[in-house]
Amino acid sequence: MSQATTVDDLHHEAPTCTGIDNKKLMMWLFLASDCMFFGTLISTHLIYRKLHPAGSVVEGDVNILGMFDIELTSFSTFILLMSSFLMALAVSAMHKGQIKSFRNNCLGVIFFGLIFLGCQVYEFQHFLGGQAIYSYTGVNAAGEDVTGEYKGVADKQDAEHAFHLKHHDFEITGFKQEQVKVPPMSLQNSVFGSTFYLMTGTHGVHVAIGVLWLFSMYIYSFTGKLKAQNAMDVEIAGLYWHFVDIVWIVIFTAVYLVEYI
Amino acid sequence: MATAEHPAPVAHKTELPDTLSEIGLKRPDNKSGIVDWLTTVDHKKIGIMYGAAALFFFLVGGVEALMIRIQLMQSQNDFISAQLYNQLFTMHGTTMIFLGVMPLSAAFFNFLVPLQIGARDVAFPRLNSFSLWTFVAGALVLNMSWFFQFAHTVGWFGQDMLHTDIVPAGGWFGYAPLTSSEYTGLGTDFWILGLQILGVASLAASFNFIVTIINMRAPGMTMMRLPVFTWMTLITSFLIIFAFPAITIALAELMFDRYFGTNFFRVAGGGQPILWQHLFWVFGHPEVYILVLPAMGIVSEVLPTFSKKPLFGYPIIVFSGAVIGFLGFAVWSHHMFTTGLGKVATAAFSLLTMAIAVPTGVKIFNWIGTLWGGRIRFPVPMIFSLVFIWMFMLGGFSGIMHSAAPADAQQQDSYFVIAHFHYVLLGGILMGLLSGIYFWIPKIFGKQMHEKLGYIAAGLIIIGFNVTFFPMHYLGLTGMPRRTHTYLGDMGWDFWNAFATGGAMLLGIGVVIVFADVVVTICSKARRCSNDVWDGRTLEWSLTSPVQEFNFARIPVIAARDAFWEHKHGNKEIGAVPGDSHGIHMPSQSWWPLLSGCGFIVFGIGMSMMSAGVPLMGYVSIIGLVIVTLSIYLWALEGPGGYHLKVPEAIGSANTQPSSQSAQA
Repeated sequence: MSQATTVDDLHHEAPTCTGIDNKKLMMWLFLASDCMFFGTLISTHLIYRKLHPAGSVVEGDVNILGMFDIELTSFSTFILLMSSFLMALAVSAMHKGQIKSFRNNCLGVIFFGLIFLGCQVYEFQHFLGGQAIYSYTGVNAAGEDVTGEYKGVADKQDAEHAFHLKHHDFEITGFKQEQVKVPPMSLQNSVFGSTFYLMTGTHGVHVAIGVLWLFSMYIYSFTGKLKAQNAMDVEIAGLYWHFVDIVWIVIFTAVYLVEYI
Repeated sequence: MATAEHPAPVAHKTELPDTLSEIGLKRPDNKSGIVDWLTTVDHKKIGIMYGAAALFFFLVGGVEALMIRIQLMQSQNDFISAQLYNQLFTMHGTTMIFLGVMPLSAAFFNFLVPLQIGARDVAFPRLNSFSLWTFVAGALVLNMSWFFQFAHTVGWFGQDMLHTDIVPAGGWFGYAPLTSSEYTGLGTDFWILGLQILGVASLAASFNFIVTIINMRAPGMTMMRLPVFTWMTLITSFLIIFAFPAITIALAELMFDRYFGTNFFRVAGGGQPILWQHLFWVFGHPEVYILVLPAMGIVSEVLPTFSKKPLFGYPIIVFSGAVIGFLGFAVWSHHMFTTGLGKVATAAFSLLTMAIAVPTGVKIFNWIGTLWGGRIRFPVPMIFSLVFIWMFMLGGFSGIMHSAAPADAQQQDSYFVIAHFHYVLLGGILMGLLSGIYFWIPKIFGKQMHEKLGYIAAGLIIIGFNVTFFPMHYLGLTGMPRRTHTYLGDMGWDFWNAFATGGAMLLGIGVVIVFADVVVTICSKARRCSNDVWDGRTLEWSLTSPVQEFNFARIPVIAARDAFWEHKHGNKEIGAVPGDSHGIHMPSQSWWPLLSGCGFIVFGIGMSMMSAGVPLMGYVSIIGLVIVTLSIYLWALEGPGGYHLKVPEAIGSANTQPSSQSAQA
């Protein structure tokens, strides 16, 4: 390197005893600690899972397999895995000082992270809503009597309202709940709900923080202050992102896949 | 890397021009007085503030303890109500552990670790300031409950509250389901939020110290040359980062139970109160070692100094500390022997609990080995350290009695347990910390504490402590339960309780004398002392007292364990890394750690008040979190900064003083 000209250059990366950057070591320690956070949450879930095979004190309060949509969750898991791949590309680009490539990959990670979060919100909403089958009778726009079946949320009023919004030119004369296939699961109504939402919610907050962090870096990269010698800052964000990803693999296995055995 | 003349101005701190942060705000670098203290990133000042807060809360916890003792002085006493009694023992335990012992240990970590490893500061100076202010925030949230209790008493909250306990009253380990919203009120919310915020502070500080110790050691300061106190800091910090998550999650689950009606610990919904006990003690038992290891570190520094001998079996002491750290995570269920764990689990935890006595015993033998054949002096710190060994051993003996599960079943929740852990926490840890106060005050302030007063205080504390707690073994074995508000006169407990209360008064007087003398010493102009009052062994004694803001004018090069001792009396001198032209690089100060601490206070109070049903408080707690987030962003955007100080010539040439100057105590 040629002669240093600013204070920053002079004091950039003071050598450490181990050769590992201070910030990086700090992130590793944080992740070690975070393992214990998730370990506690996951063990709480698994202990109660074993204690209450039905997921709740009263059998039938929750219908776990009916509720889970393993295709959707597998998809969002795959997306999260791929976001880790993009994260690795972003870190590598930063090390080479390729700021454009960093930005593109970073945006990709953010986008994939948001897809994951979107899937989680969608999933939570469905779990909260439950599922029931309704039979309806009514008069359609052409004046004909129609009867049929409708799949909607477990709450009858909400389901009727949703049905009405979907077929607004349709006059309902009868709307009857035939069968509740999946009862709604809330934080309160079952122990499975409590442990599931707190654990996956904590993971979701981690993903959201990661997205916010990477988005801040993306914006910051336009100030011109993010250079190849700051690649460490991107790298530790990457460490965090990969960790959050790995935790999800564990949760996906221990919480979702295990239910299908 | 750089040989060029340094472009930044080099002068005394307050003479430097203002610098701007990366977002254009003026940095509070070159201030003095109150702004300097509020924004400081200097580990020494942060250590002093930690210490001041800790001593204050020691007094608060002490007053609470004395009120408990006065209530128990005689049978059927009505000095305080049962509710206040519950609040007092809960807050006494919580205050002493989280606001007394831990921050006082943190004060020593902060002040000593960089000095002992030959560094100019910790790895993340602003994060260090964040830890301090977040700790203060958590302490305030916990203790503000007293003011809200007062507000309730005078009728501010209306009269329709279900529970009137606004100060935490569920015991320091807050067993479920007592902490559920059916049984306790606002107090539990203050307790949850206070502890969560304190947890953030402890975690941040621990990350910082581990990185500092692993990464910032001076050249030649290998791990096996580290002073034992620094080693114990490292192990304690590792314990904190692995133990605190368990209680953080347990508290989060409890909070969800209380605020959002989840079923983690609610039996009706399928929850298991026993889960709380497991999660709490997975944290709670390592916590015991988090409290005691720093005190052991202090004793391991004091004993060799006053025996004029190197620490006996240094590697074994370090290794034992690490083994205690590991085993500390494997013994938590001995707090739960009476819950019906099952034979195998009980036997396993019984065995492991006995096993953890081995490394502790090894340490005690090493300390005795250090004394053996030494040229022992008896100044005040040495008195406290010797008492530490003795009292801690007594606490350890009753601990081994508890490790036998059948015996423990008899002793559970009796005053025998109270006696046991006060021998460990007070007879052990407090003696160690007092030893540290007497030992390092001359280094911290450059002034000597009053010696005769020190002996008097030590006598009062040692006698008062034993008079208070030794009879409790007897009281416990004859059946007196812990946490009892009062007892009947025909139990035969009157005499020993009155005796213990008398002892507690002596103990209180002794502690007040020490703390008053600390204040007097700091304010006094006459008690100046030399740089190396005790003929010390470790690096901090090679510096001036008080230590200059940059610690080491030149970063030292270490050639031996007990580096300064070897430098003075041996043939291995402390070298110095050659200086460069641009002066000493100092970290910039910052307002943002303080602001995030304020955000935590708003958050904590807002959440608690929300639970009390005060309108709009949900928004207030969100505002609190926004303040925290905002200050973290401003902190990140402010940039690392830094300014440069001129190396004073007199010190620059001789980092360490010649041995002839070292005074004999």
